[in-house]
Amino acid sequence: MSKRIETNDLDVYYGDFKAVEGVTIDIEPRSVTAFIGPSGCGKSTVLRTLNRMHEVISGAWVDGEVLLDGANLYAPGVDPVNVRRQIGMVFQRPNPFPTMSIRENVLAGVLLNNRRMSRSDQDDLVERSLRGANLWNEVKDRLNLPGSGLSGGQQQRLCIARAIAVSPEVLLMDEPCSALDPISTLAIEDLIEELKQEYTIVIVTHNMQQASRVSDRTAFFNIAGTGKPGKLIEYDDTTTMFSTPKVQATEDYVSGRFG
Amino acid sequence: MTTAVQPVAKQRLADVVFKTVSTTAGVLILIALAGVAIFLVAQAVPAIIGPLPGIDGGFFAWVWPLTFGTIWSAFLAMVMAVPVAVGIALFITHFAPRRLAQGLGYVVDLLAAIPSVIYGLWGITVLAPFMQPAYTWLTQNLGWLPLFAPPASGTGRTILTASIVLAVMVLPIITALCREIFLQTPRLNEEAALALGATRWEMIQMAVLPHGRSGIIASSILGLGRALGETMAVAMVLSSSGIISFALTAQQNPSTIAANIALRFPEAHGITVNMLIGSGLVLFAITLLVNGISRWIIARTTVKGGR
Amino acid sequence: MTATTTAPARREAANPLTAGQLPLWGPWALIGVALAIGAAVSALVAGASGTDFSIVAAVLIAYVLYLVAITVVSQQIEGGRKAADRLVTGVVVGAFVLALVPLVSLVSTVIINGAARFDLQFFTWTMRNVVGEGGGVLHAIIGTLLVTLWAAIISVPVGIFTAIYLVEYGRGRLSQAITFFVDVMTGIPSIVAGLFAYALFALFAGEGVRAGIGGAVALSLLMIPTVVRSTEEMLKLVPNDLREASYALGVPKWLTIAKVVLPTALAGIVTGVTLAIARVIGETAPLLIIAGFTTNMNYNVFDGRMMTLPVFAYNQYVSPGVQEQAYFDRAWTAALVLILIVMLLNVIARIIAKVFAPKAGR
Repeated sequence: MSKRIETNDLDVYYGDFKAVEGVTIDIEPRSVTAFIGPSGCGKSTVLRTLNRMHEVISGAWVDGEVLLDGANLYAPGVDPVNVRRQIGMVFQRPNPFPTMSIRENVLAGVLLNNRRMSRSDQDDLVERSLRGANLWNEVKDRLNLPGSGLSGGQQQRLCIARAIAVSPEVLLMDEPCSALDPISTLAIEDLIEELKQEYTIVIVTHNMQQASRVSDRTAFFNIAGTGKPGKLIEYDDTTTMFSTPKVQATEDYVSGRFG
Repeated sequence: MTTAVQPVAKQRLADVVFKTVSTTAGVLILIALAGVAIFLVAQAVPAIIGPLPGIDGGFFAWVWPLTFGTIWSAFLAMVMAVPVAVGIALFITHFAPRRLAQGLGYVVDLLAAIPSVIYGLWGITVLAPFMQPAYTWLTQNLGWLPLFAPPASGTGRTILTASIVLAVMVLPIITALCREIFLQTPRLNEEAALALGATRWEMIQMAVLPHGRSGIIASSILGLGRALGETMAVAMVLSSSGIISFALTAQQNPSTIAANIALRFPEAHGITVNMLIGSGLVLFAITLLVNGISRWIIARTTVKGGR
Repeated sequence: MTATTTAPARREAANPLTAGQLPLWGPWALIGVALAIGAAVSALVAGASGTDFSIVAAVLIAYVLYLVAITVVSQQIEGGRKAADRLVTGVVVGAFVLALVPLVSLVSTVIINGAARFDLQFFTWTMRNVVGEGGGVLHAIIGTLLVTLWAAIISVPVGIFTAIYLVEYGRGRLSQAITFFVDVMTGIPSIVAGLFAYALFALFAGEGVRAGIGGAVALSLLMIPTVVRSTEEMLKLVPNDLREASYALGVPKWLTIAKVVLPTALAGIVTGVTLAIARVIGETAPLLIIAGFTTNMNYNVFDGRMMTLPVFAYNQYVSPGVQEQAYFDRAWTAALVLILIVMLLNVIARIIAKVFAPKAGR
């Protein structure tokens, strides 16, 4: 249950403005890939194009192709809804649905799509997903309380449980720890380590220690200046990237000399 | 495993249906408004072009006194309502104890919730008799002013009484908007003024009023639009004779378009119906103009003042 | 012992930050004095001219006296700037009290006069074959409920879907046009809405048409902009995060709107709709024109005249029969019922807004 993602010469535009240029990257299944780079370099934008979430922003469009095990996400006739069922996403700020209980939040992907499921199957899925997100023990006694009553870190793990409940192939994470305290961050990082047994994970992060801790491979994005498009500068194994990068800009960035 | 991305099927159809329904609802509003304009014009045309039995000078000569009364009564209402409304808004936002402020806001909102027919009942049975002695006194002592030209009304059902009722009715509208605008005064500006050693009133002069000036104007004009179109209260309170006169307390008072329609429509037939609808069209045009000006002021200032 | 000796010494050394200041009870004392003088003057005038003692005159005199006195006293003790502040405070509080006078007078009048016929017969009878005393408003209550119900049936779906279009789909010219014309609609005088409904139905049913559904059309014209505006505000308040979370789960847009956005905004939307109903349920003018008046029960909104509460109150008051008082009493009681309905709707709206609002996260 895990697929390979490739992008070929991907350009992203906001209206006439070219935000990201020429990204070609090959992401292995069952691995964690980190996107790092200064603010505004387009790493979150690229992440969103991997499951067509950029289309939610009006005026954003893409040129090039993104392949999920060889199938182009941008081929004519592809339904973005189907894409997103296979490529889940976790956001910067925890966003459980405020009208739903913890249980309903986990089942949201199923319930919102009007899919029928027996009560016992639902219970199984809730337990499996919450266990998968390391949250089961903390919430098993209050599954019917609103999800917004949890702490920030618990909410974020609830969102991860919600994302894996639809059994996606790939999990995209857009700075999932930036709104959390250090202890919650650690819990999420441990979780990512476990999740990579089953999923292809792509994570955007501003925190270089985090990238070096959790990821197998790292991609560095940079921007030449305001108004210029962001580019993929270097992509390699994380250890290589943090010890012997090939490009000077990467070394400057990972050693904290700028950004 | 490579067949994972399937082409679209039924989900898209539901999406299209939902979007179409939403768009249709919006378009329906446009159609309804176009319908309002078309039907009213179609019904009004016979009165506007045709000869009117028993009326010299045609439609516009007939509608002019009503138009005058409409604007005059609304103007009087604004003269009374705006200063009081600004005062109340200031009281609620800057003078009242913070705990009380919200409750006081509700109290003023209650005024807005009362149906106009009840204002009419109140105006005719309580306010008019209450004001009548004052009118007598005014005409006796200030009768040389055209505003208080004698003879005084014996019932108190004058245009001034109607305007007071209108003022009470538009008060909550203006107050609510002013309150919102005063609350939006940048806190930093207020604190800067207070830090310079200003008293509360000086702070209001320095920070609150300049910030809210265009808002006060815009909300007043919105209130004016409401006063122009108000029907039942005027129809019940005002004892009208269709003249043009600036006198506030006299027996003979101008009527308003809306009140005239309400009073005459139930019994009207033939060309009279067309005349009344024509006058409604004139009223519609006036309120459109007034509301347009107000929106324009709001739009202009929010763009400029936006931070 | 040292404390008692240092205290006076400290008072003698002038604190540079203190200034002349009126004691807290100062303004209240002035109000008391002003009221006393006002009452005295009013009583003297009344005695001299042989008229009744006027509370209004007394209060007015007292108010003006107070404003003058507080300004002068404050000017002497606290200085000119503080005096201006005191004067404005007095004026502003006066404005607020002034606005309360009509509210209190109106509500008390309606309650006192309305109590006369607030009985069982009033709510169970129509006016059929009633001349003089007796009779009731059952037909008018039913009429009001039916007309308002139909107005809601027309305007709630149109209003909510329009708001959905504007917030979730609308881009470009069409949405700008709709936003603009919804603004225009808020300014339509109610009587013009009535004329429109008449003109529309006269097309099908000929001149002199009267039907409850016409009233519903007129009311929905007034209701739609309020529903659109309030729903739009509520939909905009739904955080974009939630929409994105739903999309990322592979939920199509329409299901996202129907199952995530609308439920999150539901409390606000229901509150808005309730307030919109409260606003139109008291409308008189359009119903006078298109629904007409009758003394009989009519359950069919599509045919024939239909009485409504506000029109009933108006009609009873302006065209009383021989036993005038019976008609006036009915008018006032109808007004009381109407106020109670409107207040009830307002209270319900506030409760919905409070209780059913989604528990916000941090």
